[in-house]
Amino acid sequence: MNAIPLSSMTPALPEIVLAAGAMALLMVGAFRERSAQLVNLGAIMLLVAAAFLAAALPDGTAFGGSFTVDGFARFMKVLAFGGSAVALVMSLDYLAVEKQQKFEFAILILLSATGMGMLISAGDLIALYLGLELMSLSLYVVAAFNRDSVRSTEAGLKYFVLGALSSGMLLYGCSLIYGFTGTVSFAGIAKASANGGIGLTFGLVFLFAGFCFKVSAVPFHMWTPDVYEGAPTPVSAFFAAAPKIAAMAIFARATISAFPGIVPQWQQIVVFVAIASMVLGAFAAIGQRNIKRLMAYSSIGHMGFALVGLASGTAEGVQGVLVYMSIYLAMTVGAFAVILSMRRPEGMVEQISDLAGLSRTNPAMAFFLALLLFSLAGIPPLAGFFAKYYVFLGAIKAGLYGLAVIGVLASVVGAYYYLLIVKIMYFDEPAKGFQPMPGELKAVLGVAGLFNLLFFVYPAPLIAAAGAAAKSLF
Amino acid sequence: MIIPALFFYLFAGVCIAAAFMVIAAKNPVHSVLYLILAFVNAAGLFVMMGAEFLAMILIVVYVGAVAVLFLFVVMMLDVDFAELRQGFLQYLPVGALVGAIFLAELLLVVGAWVIGPGVPQTIAAPIPTGVNNTEAIGRVLYTQYVYYFQAAAVVLLVAMIGAIVLTLRHKTGVKRQDIGEQVARTKATAIEIVNVKPGQGLGA
Repeated sequence: MNAIPLSSMTPALPEIVLAAGAMALLMVGAFRERSAQLVNLGAIMLLVAAAFLAAALPDGTAFGGSFTVDGFARFMKVLAFGGSAVALVMSLDYLAVEKQQKFEFAILILLSATGMGMLISAGDLIALYLGLELMSLSLYVVAAFNRDSVRSTEAGLKYFVLGALSSGMLLYGCSLIYGFTGTVSFAGIAKASANGGIGLTFGLVFLFAGFCFKVSAVPFHMWTPDVYEGAPTPVSAFFAAAPKIAAMAIFARATISAFPGIVPQWQQIVVFVAIASMVLGAFAAIGQRNIKRLMAYSSIGHMGFALVGLASGTAEGVQGVLVYMSIYLAMTVGAFAVILSMRRPEGMVEQISDLAGLSRTNPAMAFFLALLLFSLAGIPPLAGFFAKYYVFLGAIKAGLYGLAVIGVLASVVGAYYYLLIVKIMYFDEPAKGFQPMPGELKAVLGVAGLFNLLFFVYPAPLIAAAGAAAKSLF
Repeated sequence: MIIPALFFYLFAGVCIAAAFMVIAAKNPVHSVLYLILAFVNAAGLFVMMGAEFLAMILIVVYVGAVAVLFLFVVMMLDVDFAELRQGFLQYLPVGALVGAIFLAELLLVVGAWVIGPGVPQTIAAPIPTGVNNTEAIGRVLYTQYVYYFQAAAVVLLVAMIGAIVLTLRHKTGVKRQDIGEQVARTKATAIEIVNVKPGQGLGA
């Protein structure tokens, strides 16, 4: 028989390492008492190793084109695996204090990261679906991880039911696309779809509905605030970081590599979704009292900004998406490092009013959070400004002036609620102080803050890497 | 030619009718039974297409295992369907509107049905000749499709871990038989010698 040589699987090495490592750690966890610490440590090391492996692998395809490694995949995988590792580091203290320490948490994060890698590298619709399900199924479980809390189980169930619905729509779209083109591989679809056709567009719409759900873009964003609020805080931090990156990666890859023949059709959908997300993210966040809900709306808005880059459909636009996602990752994990340290002796707090007067009770934390909030608002010279600059630049070069103008206006509205938090921290009467921040959260916050502050000094490496990665898609 | 067509319409018709009854039946147990009928008819359709292996797997796995499991769950859960249906009429207008729009869109799609010019070149796998179903599937499952196969296996592993994480509780204070402990008992731990003085009993 035509057996596959083992060496032909090398492009999938990071995912194989992650999956095999997860199974080995599962055995460790199952057969050793109280091994959660050990498993967590092993999982973090595996994720870091996978990130390095992913960065080092040369271009190539495996499994008959179902699995692609190119510059784009390398870039996104480093972000996704790195984001997962940081989220896991940030969860250590929380899980220990809240007595939620179970070794399965790290295993599920590892398997979810495996799914992200498969998703980012997917070269056809079946690989896409399997990667997406592997990623999401683990996410549903970790959302409900605090199973004795009603809100956490509600978050998990809500996410699961809506996620299943979106998977159904995605599959319906896939089957329509397969029906109208006769193939599942992206390259084949691109060849067969050169002339378009209403049936193909119909399938595309359903496919996009599934993607929009995963990146939490309007009109498929409804789950985001409830899930972020209900899930344990480190889980929300993880949700905001890594899965968004993987989902955005497959959104870009599928659109650019499978549907280059029908750009006007998908462009108008992406433009609509981007505008709706930016506007809703900006306006709905204003009334929020809970900081986790606020971060949820903020992430909806940011996905809208990232989609502005995709809407242009050019290499510059995709470069903008890549830059945006990297900077978004740094801003979000930093902000969640602060949210995870909002702990008083009586327990975690998550109201925005609890941050009042933080500049006097904990000046360093207040300074870094203010820095990140300015960056999230997109105020120069912080990194968030450059993120927005590159996506808008891509949109303007593609002639989408209206989109860029609406985006800038939405970011002005969005700046209001970010700056409101800064005002509460610096000018309101101090509330009771928080307990001291654990060391690893300090480190994450410090690195994220300094990255945002000093990005403008030497932005070239990231911009160049993103540019090269974006070119590999075209 | 007429007999295959006749059987096709028989299987397809019963399958759709049974599928409709799954959602229309008042009693959930009846729903599951209709579901089994739908599966059996779908298996019949597979046989007519020459996919005997899939047909048998459908019967063995779906009817034999999944549907029976469903039946157990439905019988064990005490679901009050009358209560669930209460909101039905309230949402009917909105639902009907969405359904109508959806139907119109579907008609548009079906109306525009043309097979793309690129399609004949992209069709993936020709039907192999000279081998039976099982062999044909076996030849590609671990070679051409090994990636999908393994990925699906990992998805199932996650489902298993998830189910255990969310439901398994180690109760404390439950008395269980521990054979190792029973065997390891020694004379010192098992019996106590009490020196009872005559005429006094064990006392209180």
